[in-house]
Amino acid sequence: MMIQYDIVIVGGGPAGLAAAVAAKESGCDSILILERDNELGGILNQCIHNGFGLHTFKEELTGPEYADRFIRQVTDLQIEYKLNTMVMDISPERVVTAMNRDDGMFLIEAKAVILAMGCRERPRGALNIPGYRPAGIFSAGTAQRLVNIEGYMPGKEVVILGSGDIGLIMARRMTLEGAKVKLVAELMPYSGGLKRNIVQCLDDFDIPLKLSHTVVDIEGKEHITAVTIAQVDENRRPIKGTEERYTCDCLLLSCGLIPENELSTSAGVELSRVTGGPVVNESLETNIKGVFACGNVLHVHDLVDYVSEEAKKAGQTAAKFVRGEIAENGGKVITLHAESGVRYTVPATLDPERMDDLLTVRFRVGDVYKDAFVSVYFDNERVQHKKKRIIAPGEMEQVILQKKQLASCPDLKTITLKIEAQ
Amino acid sequence: METRELICIGCPMGCRMTVDLDGEKVVSVSGYTCPRGKAYAEKEVTNPRRIVTSTVKVISGARERVSCKTAEDIPKDKIAEVMAEINRACVEAPVIIGEVLITNVAGTGVDVIATANVR
Repeated sequence: MMIQYDIVIVGGGPAGLAAAVAAKESGCDSILILERDNELGGILNQCIHNGFGLHTFKEELTGPEYADRFIRQVTDLQIEYKLNTMVMDISPERVVTAMNRDDGMFLIEAKAVILAMGCRERPRGALNIPGYRPAGIFSAGTAQRLVNIEGYMPGKEVVILGSGDIGLIMARRMTLEGAKVKLVAELMPYSGGLKRNIVQCLDDFDIPLKLSHTVVDIEGKEHITAVTIAQVDENRRPIKGTEERYTCDCLLLSCGLIPENELSTSAGVELSRVTGGPVVNESLETNIKGVFACGNVLHVHDLVDYVSEEAKKAGQTAAKFVRGEIAENGGKVITLHAESGVRYTVPATLDPERMDDLLTVRFRVGDVYKDAFVSVYFDNERVQHKKKRIIAPGEMEQVILQKKQLASCPDLKTITLKIEAQ
Repeated sequence: METRELICIGCPMGCRMTVDLDGEKVVSVSGYTCPRGKAYAEKEVTNPRRIVTSTVKVISGARERVSCKTAEDIPKDKIAEVMAEINRACVEAPVIIGEVLITNVAGTGVDVIATANVR
């Protein structure tokens, strides 16, 4: 059985929902969202804290409320979706193989595919923590699901490794629910989370944050009973003599997110070694024609508002692609180059013919910079130079490129983004 | 004159602000990029408030818990009392987003409302 849709969207979280709404509003009527969970909204459903939507809706919403705004648009626009549906494969010819309990296994021929699978947490196995492997060790997101959706408390005495946003949010959440969060240990000399989360999740509750610290031992055979924390040197090696033992019945890990790209790989999509997400052009199109990517599967965001904005663009360009309104790849391609502190750019290339009047280029830096400049070079000429009070790895940055300005440089080959002291 | 350094929690920008205080009176605020930041700074040094989010137990619903929030911010020193009241509450399904779950929580004059639908 082969069904046909103009656009198939893999994932019904914030990226998939915003892409679907934008594609529909751009005139595409044949859209299908495939979601593996039993409801739309993705991870927003368990992010019950507030702070979402300030950019998109100009008000401060919680995760489920933010999701609800988009879910309502999807249902109002009568966009089709299938829940409890697992996508098994995407072929380079854009045939999507999926399965669920009602339909069994089925194939969908799509004119365009939008990848919106999101990301997953880095697990303990990827962290090389020594010690026993007892119960009571959770990724912060798993604990978030247990507490906020299922209504279980994973522990009463908690240590958190990693200062990613979910870890910080869970430090507050567990404290509010009566647990004692003893400390948050962060391997790096800076936090991986947003400043505002350190203020309102740790400082508000006097939870210590120890930078340049990591877990060097885990005790407990059946259930975790204690961890040992030690300071690390500049090479992130534990320093002897700095060990401190903390009794606990729960260890949460908030040590980074990894875009979930197994399906992309099977479709032949080229991935960036820095972001772990697809390499895309100005249209958020991957190297596979008609396959677009947006949201955390493309690169990990810290703000859902930017996910929605990016996904809107993916939905619009996918709709244009279906109508045959975007030029074929292979015109003039300008490479975006990241250096001197800039780790990557999304997009990685741009075609000045195909770009909109304004193009947002998002990037992250590899270190903390104070009073530094974000510079954009067209080949060797500096065209943007903007001072920032603070630039940190935990907060995504952006520059905006103008089509007009690019048009005045017909021989331009490389656009370089860098962080400069002056 | 007292000077306090603050990081705005209004949005993920996390603006670094400096507040000059003369006793209880705010003399000047700098470093903010939107009016919300300035308002937060003035409030934070004189009357700190927070929105509290949590979950309330659901009886005979498709889910065990429904997420909730205080409809407005409440005084920071009332957080524990608000949480205690939220933890005592329970609601019967169905729950509609925006529905009032607790009125005047912990005497703050603020309601606790549902932030999700539960069938």
